[in-house]
Amino acid sequence: MTYENILIFISNHIMKSTRRDFIKIAAVGAGGLATSGGLFSWARANFFEEVPNAPGMTRTPTYCEICFWKCAGWVYKNEKGEIQKIIGNDEDPHCNGRLCPRGTGGVGMYYDEDRLKTPLVRRTVNGKQVFEPASWDEALDVVAQNLKKVAKEHGPECVALFTHGSGGKFFGDLLKAFGSENITAPSFAQCRGPREVAFLSTFGEIIASPERTDIRDTRCLVLIGSHIGENMHNGQVQEMSDAIDNGATIITVDPRYSTAASKSKYWLPIKPSTDIALLLAWINVIINEEWYDKKYVEKYCYGLEELKNHVKTFTPEWAYGITTIRPDVIYETAREMANASPAVIIHPGRHVTWYGDDTQRLRAVAILNALLGSWGRRGGFYSPEKKDLPSYPHPEFPKPKRTWRDAHPGKYNLALEVVSNDICDSTIPSPDRACNFKAWIVNGTNLIFTLPDQKKTLEAIQSLEFMVVIDTMPMEITGYADVVLPECTYLERYDYCRTDQHREPNIALRMPAAEPKYDSKPAWWIAKKLASKLDLDEYFKWNDIEELLDWQLKKVGTSLEEMKKVGVKKFPREYDDLYFYDDQEIQFNTNTGKIELYSTDLAAEGFVPMPVYTPHEEPQTGFYRLNYGRSPVHTFSRTANNPNLTDLMDENVLWVNPKVAKEWSLKAGQKIWLENQDGVLSTFPIKVRITERIRFDSVYMVHGFGHAEKRLTRSYGKGVSDTELITNVKTDPIMGGTGMRSNFVTFHVEDPHRKEVES
Amino acid sequence: MRYAMAVDTKKCVGCSDCVVACQTENNVPIGYCRDWIVEVVDGTYPQLELEIRSERCNHCANSPCVRCCPTGASHYSDGGIVLVTHDECIGCGACIASCPYDARYPHPDGYVDKCTFCIHRVREGQQPACVEVCPTKCLYFGDLEDPESDVSKVLKKRKYKTLIPEAGTDPQLYFLI
Ligand code: SF4
Ligand code: SF4
Ligand code: SF4
Repeated sequence: MTYENILIFISNHIMKSTRRDFIKIAAVGAGGLATSGGLFSWARANFFEEVPNAPGMTRTPTYCEICFWKCAGWVYKNEKGEIQKIIGNDEDPHCNGRLCPRGTGGVGMYYDEDRLKTPLVRRTVNGKQVFEPASWDEALDVVAQNLKKVAKEHGPECVALFTHGSGGKFFGDLLKAFGSENITAPSFAQCRGPREVAFLSTFGEIIASPERTDIRDTRCLVLIGSHIGENMHNGQVQEMSDAIDNGATIITVDPRYSTAASKSKYWLPIKPSTDIALLLAWINVIINEEWYDKKYVEKYCYGLEELKNHVKTFTPEWAYGITTIRPDVIYETAREMANASPAVIIHPGRHVTWYGDDTQRLRAVAILNALLGSWGRRGGFYSPEKKDLPSYPHPEFPKPKRTWRDAHPGKYNLALEVVSNDICDSTIPSPDRACNFKAWIVNGTNLIFTLPDQKKTLEAIQSLEFMVVIDTMPMEITGYADVVLPECTYLERYDYCRTDQHREPNIALRMPAAEPKYDSKPAWWIAKKLASKLDLDEYFKWNDIEELLDWQLKKVGTSLEEMKKVGVKKFPREYDDLYFYDDQEIQFNTNTGKIELYSTDLAAEGFVPMPVYTPHEEPQTGFYRLNYGRSPVHTFSRTANNPNLTDLMDENVLWVNPKVAKEWSLKAGQKIWLENQDGVLSTFPIKVRITERIRFDSVYMVHGFGHAEKRLTRSYGKGVSDTELITNVKTDPIMGGTGMRSNFVTFHVEDPHRKEVES
Repeated sequence: MRYAMAVDTKKCVGCSDCVVACQTENNVPIGYCRDWIVEVVDGTYPQLELEIRSERCNHCANSPCVRCCPTGASHYSDGGIVLVTHDECIGCGACIASCPYDARYPHPDGYVDKCTFCIHRVREGQQPACVEVCPTKCLYFGDLEDPESDVSKVLKKRKYKTLIPEAGTDPQLYFLI
């Protein structure tokens, strides 16, 4: 009965065995260990008894760049001036003094000896393309010349910027000054876009980041595929733990027994891709039993009668046949939610681009929240506020003649941000477009691992006249660039202050704790220098970043000097309260001024105004649905080479149900190759983890591994890239999001690449 | 004084922040660790249970490692914390073999290393690094003889267990269940 008694699980726990390996190596020759080398000189600190030296430490403020949560912290340096550790800032509402493992391990990003070290320019030498090291001046000249050429021949609008991270704001300013508004982040169309569009069309406001979920005070938290605790969105993980302490009910819907599922009162092991049916059944029960918040719905909502009619047939019995969740469980969990109302959260999730009908699924989530009256209520969704800093004075940006929307007129009208994959599509020349994208600037996003359908991404890149990549690491995307610019890490630079929303408006400062290593430079410096070479100096009139930041900070009553001391500063709320008060008159920012159960926006665009369930593709015999997710110690592929974090987990593994393993005679730890429904083979093999925690019809892996770039010495060839196996993309017609969970894999126990060569 | 730690398995998510924070606080070389995570899965799909534990030295009141150390480098310090004096340690590894929890490792500099309950921080009135960083606040540390300490209070309130009690080591790492 007990298949997995005392499983010392791979990832973090591997160190138990890694430690053994190291012992062996140490016996052979201790001198060869990384620990004795220059990587972490502090690791050699020679201390007496057991007390590491604390005195002489100095600290500078930062906010973390390892993920988008941007926790504020202090970078501590030892008396030799070396960065030793990063500790959360107690005043910071994003982290409450506690960074997550990635943020704590952020030191590894700075010390990583595989970092990009100098500007590189692609040149042809003896008929072979190579990267030649260049000075900044040379490299930026090449960038400026090429961008000018594209602007002259095709118009500046044919340049697009892909960015994910703080530095992107400076390149965004540069691109706008240059004459293009095509600035895109994969965080919209490959991630949270559907929820933002769904919540905007329902409540007239988006969720944004950090999520406005009041988990701390909730009495019932419903997670649908959202694996908080494995995704280490710091504030939410902390608040979920508070909710557990407070005795809140957690309901987790997931085909995989996630960490969150193990903390839940109810785990609903749903058949993958059927979530909308479950949501509709919950809505059906809550309306039929009249468990919805009548006063709230009557006062604030639009379309209750239409919704009642719409869900009449979506009974728990109907949903049972689709989801495999028993009707009594659907009924009982609906009652749990209603009992907790309005302190209940049907969590909108974050990475929600799954099946192409994602906006509609998130609409169902929004509707359920509306019926239970949780929007604007304690323990539900609070009203966040942020402190905006004014822009440094600059001339008005030129008005571009075209934007990305002109490439496909009438498509994705409800998209709130530029659709990254659409930029990719419209880079591949097509006769029915006046202009294609001709140049890309890519900053801090490894598009090869970010965008699904790698073949298309590569085709788009091959169609470009010019691509410059600005990154800290030699990620795959840099290999396709014409110019590579080494950005310094967040521990070595200033950026714009963090101004994200929270319960209390607040700002956080990032300042350099150390000089940039190698010949790397901060984004602000690169953008300003490039602006100068593009004759756009007037848009970057500040002399250096400190002047810019101090000017902004003084406008809101603080200063760079004060921020250096405190790191985080909170401001009083200026607008409304955190929650609605009783009987408050509210004009919602929707067409009807109400919370729209029936969406007039969607109806006007020709989409169904209320969500429906549509069946999705199912695996063929011998194939398993490829599900992917997050590890608490990694952020996408961004951290895959970080020495501290690869120490915890240096490869992903494939979760396989024991029944499936038996059928295929797979052994735990055995390396296998994967092939997807379109015949795409994984480049590398992946180790099998046999576990009861996964359904028999799916497999699971952590995203971001399987790097094929040899310059990433710690992550090259470790595990499998889920992205290379995602070739069946289900595009959300409403907002352009790329649904990535309709891909299926089968196994090869022998290296199929070798077979190819032999035959 | 009797220092002890409690780990709430109901809240721990196995993120290993405690592992990284310990490494950067205590100069633990890459490739080694003083604390680690164990996950125990029980049952068959979909009737499953998962226990997640952040483990480290148990600072046993009856420590086999202290008893077997030929040089006296392994010893009890403030509040029963089990320590190794690095420059008295000859790296013979007897303690590593004697520890039922596998809590010790040979440091590449030639001595044996392990969790110190961050005694350097505790003496300054601070919490151990792992306790202070844990995002789920599932680690509790303090003096068992002080009824007002975090660890005393939580052990009074909750059910708990220790690991391998049959080894008779009187471990001082408690797991809330
Ligand atoms: S959640 Fe972790 S990685 Fe993300 S910003 Fe916070 S500390 Fe950094
Ligand atoms: S930091 Fe806390 S939640 Fe994370 S693994 Fe360690 S004890 Fe568990
Ligand atoms: S108490 Fe200190 S030495 Fe022990 S595991 Fe925690 S951080 Fe490491």
